Amino acid sequence: MHSYLNTSRPPVYCPGCTHESITAGLDRAMGSLNLPADKTVMVTDIGCSGLFDTFFNVHALHGLHGRALTYATGLKLADPSLNVIVTMGDGGLGIGGAHVLAACRRNLDLTLIILNNFNFGMTGGQCSVTTPADAVAGSEFLNQAEIPVDICGIAESAGATYVARCSGLDTNLHEIVAAGINHKGFAVIETLGMCTGRYTKKNRLSPSVLQQMVEDLPPKSGLVARNQRPEYGERYRELCLQNCRYPEPVTVGHQVDFPDYHRQEIAILGSAGMRIVTAGELVCHAGLAAGMNVSMKNDYNITVLRGQSVSEIQISPRKIGYAGSTAPTVVLALSDEGVQQRKKLFATLSPGTFVLKDKSVNIPPCTAEVYEVDFKEWKIAKPDWALAALCFLATKEQAINWEMLDIALKAQFQGKIYLSALGIADKIRCAMATL
Amino acid sequence: MALSFMDGNEALARGAIAAGCNFFAGYPITPATTILSNMLKMLPPRGGVCLQGEDEIASMGYCIGASMAGKKALTATSGPGISLYSEQISFAIGGEIPLVIADVQRLGPSTGSATRGADSDIQFLQWGSTGGVPVIVLAPKDALDCYLLARHAFNYAEEFRCPVFIASNKEIGMTKESFDLESVTLPAVVERKAFSGVNYLPFAAEPDAAPPFLPIGGNTLVRQTSSTHGPDGYITNDPEVIAGSQERLRRKILDHVERITLYEEDIKPGSDTLIISYGVTVRAVADAVEILTEAGRPVSSLTLKSLWPVPEALLLEKAADFRRVVVVEMNLGQYVHEIRRVLGGGRVEFFGQMNGVLITPTQIMEVLCNA
Repeated sequence: MHSYLNTSRPPVYCPGCTHESITAGLDRAMGSLNLPADKTVMVTDIGCSGLFDTFFNVHALHGLHGRALTYATGLKLADPSLNVIVTMGDGGLGIGGAHVLAACRRNLDLTLIILNNFNFGMTGGQCSVTTPADAVAGSEFLNQAEIPVDICGIAESAGATYVARCSGLDTNLHEIVAAGINHKGFAVIETLGMCTGRYTKKNRLSPSVLQQMVEDLPPKSGLVARNQRPEYGERYRELCLQNCRYPEPVTVGHQVDFPDYHRQEIAILGSAGMRIVTAGELVCHAGLAAGMNVSMKNDYNITVLRGQSVSEIQISPRKIGYAGSTAPTVVLALSDEGVQQRKKLFATLSPGTFVLKDKSVNIPPCTAEVYEVDFKEWKIAKPDWALAALCFLATKEQAINWEMLDIALKAQFQGKIYLSALGIADKIRCAMATL
Repeated sequence: MALSFMDGNEALARGAIAAGCNFFAGYPITPATTILSNMLKMLPPRGGVCLQGEDEIASMGYCIGASMAGKKALTATSGPGISLYSEQISFAIGGEIPLVIADVQRLGPSTGSATRGADSDIQFLQWGSTGGVPVIVLAPKDALDCYLLARHAFNYAEEFRCPVFIASNKEIGMTKESFDLESVTLPAVVERKAFSGVNYLPFAAEPDAAPPFLPIGGNTLVRQTSSTHGPDGYITNDPEVIAGSQERLRRKILDHVERITLYEEDIKPGSDTLIISYGVTVRAVADAVEILTEAGRPVSSLTLKSLWPVPEALLLEKAADFRRVVVVEMNLGQYVHEIRRVLGGGRVEFFGQMNGVLITPTQIMEVLCNA
């Protein structure tokens, strides 16, 4: 049988270390499957288990502590033809726990061999997430206040499709590992071993004790029936085929002539949930339809349906530089919290500024011309106030006109939403006719 | 002429796709999230892979794995995510793994302000890794630049086999604007140099260059490691070998600064002041310069698109004839340290702001006029 062992770099483990027999078992497992070396990659992280990649003549990627599964995931999705074998100690298991859970949930076709020897061997035998509470470890008393994890139990509940546990000295190790590699999906194999350099110096551990530990723990012998499902990579590629339309960028051509258009700066001051950003996009689209340059800068908090929402738009025949507000030509005051966010702006407004405010909104004193409307009275629902305000502007031919706005509405809305927008436009026109 | 209308994040995603990006992994974080959501829509139809990692560390790990399999990988985050990326960034630097990292900066420190912009991370991007090795950081000023610099970033990443950062900003990434996508002149796409000889040593290279690449999964076995390694990719403690590779990691970037230097200049005859800026602040600077020039007080400006490695020769050359140099940046003074280091502190003035709002043209004019 073919051996993959790198004879120029033999294992360098402490005498009696179980890693040595796991190295041999893994080599035998790979040989029994006749894995092509150039389609096999060993991914390792930090610690004694992180030396594995140097012992084998296959592709190798050795990375950061606990992150081996992250590289393995990238490799496998980039090249699905790879056999990806990951080794990790109980240290990597602890620090990279989130990646182990994610890999179990995902079921990408990777093989994870956890070399659990109950402590951090390289750094001095400190306790790990698998150290028994009654063990003597290199972290003084700390392990006595914690309990060890059963990673096989965790892997099963997280959705792993193949979970096996055995002693690292088990004579059937190669078969268990081979079955894991052969399994199409995420396979977790936990081996229990002796760290002769550190752990067994103060804790009684022998091949028979290891075997007893395996027997005392819930048996894990491979396929997890309840978790069986399609392999992630195949499922991913299948879903991609259903999402095959590439989103082309939005472009808007010059369609309307608006003679002698002067640079406009429009501030829409509202609240989250009032479709302020949508209104901003409509104004921009309208400006683009008139052959102008546009920019839209939004200001909102991280909350979703609470807090202010402010959109500042510039429409200009020239290229736009600074995208913030300097001297608005139009202010739409649609909520108190929006106004509060830009309260300093009102003192700077010139008499030529067009301010539209709803009756319910309070604004600071200003010299601008202020139009007050009562959207409630006009039976406009609050989420439509911003759109209604744009209809008001179009009717007054402030910054936009109806031709521009209609192009924007048609481009941004389809079907019923477009019709409902037209309904709002009609309401505003009728209401304004009676002003 | 039809104008495109998109924000900087979408432009960056589109620029990446146009540069040949075929792998993305990221974790949601304001204000960078829409790069992830754009890539999720754009990569699958193009046969690429786009993943949402379980965290930022995983997202970088996925990109590292994919890049080693030969993919052109992009990730995107903001300051707090860069912090989590840090150890993987060091790996990508030491392992010479091509990657593009978009940092849509927000106001720090720490979780800071998710929806408020600042150029918070300008020193962090260069120094937020172990070993002190040079990296490449590009700074867009607007959405069009996001598109263009994505091309440059991938080209540099492939050529120099290193992570390349695009230091965007909430005020660019989430500001939508119109621009003419057809007008942009893009450099040709650069592909990773493949090894073509016999007896491949994964880290054997010319003293000032990145090693030729072969992917994990190809016919020739490849070794990649985050540990200090010799040309063969095995751990070494030979001081000469270590010194050689440390020197090469520096030289492969620093010997090629000139080619990595991207900038714009607006030199006005008769001006005695040069204003140096980068990022979104450039736009306010341009407005201020225009207003002052029209008013008969010409001011010249230099826009840096490449921040790291520091374009020292460019700074010395462009600043040579000016009595006064004013550096403006959207923080309380980060890159100005580099400019003072290169030009000497005497004639370099600084103006910065770190309060969640853009520096205005008016503020810049006040600084320029208060000589």
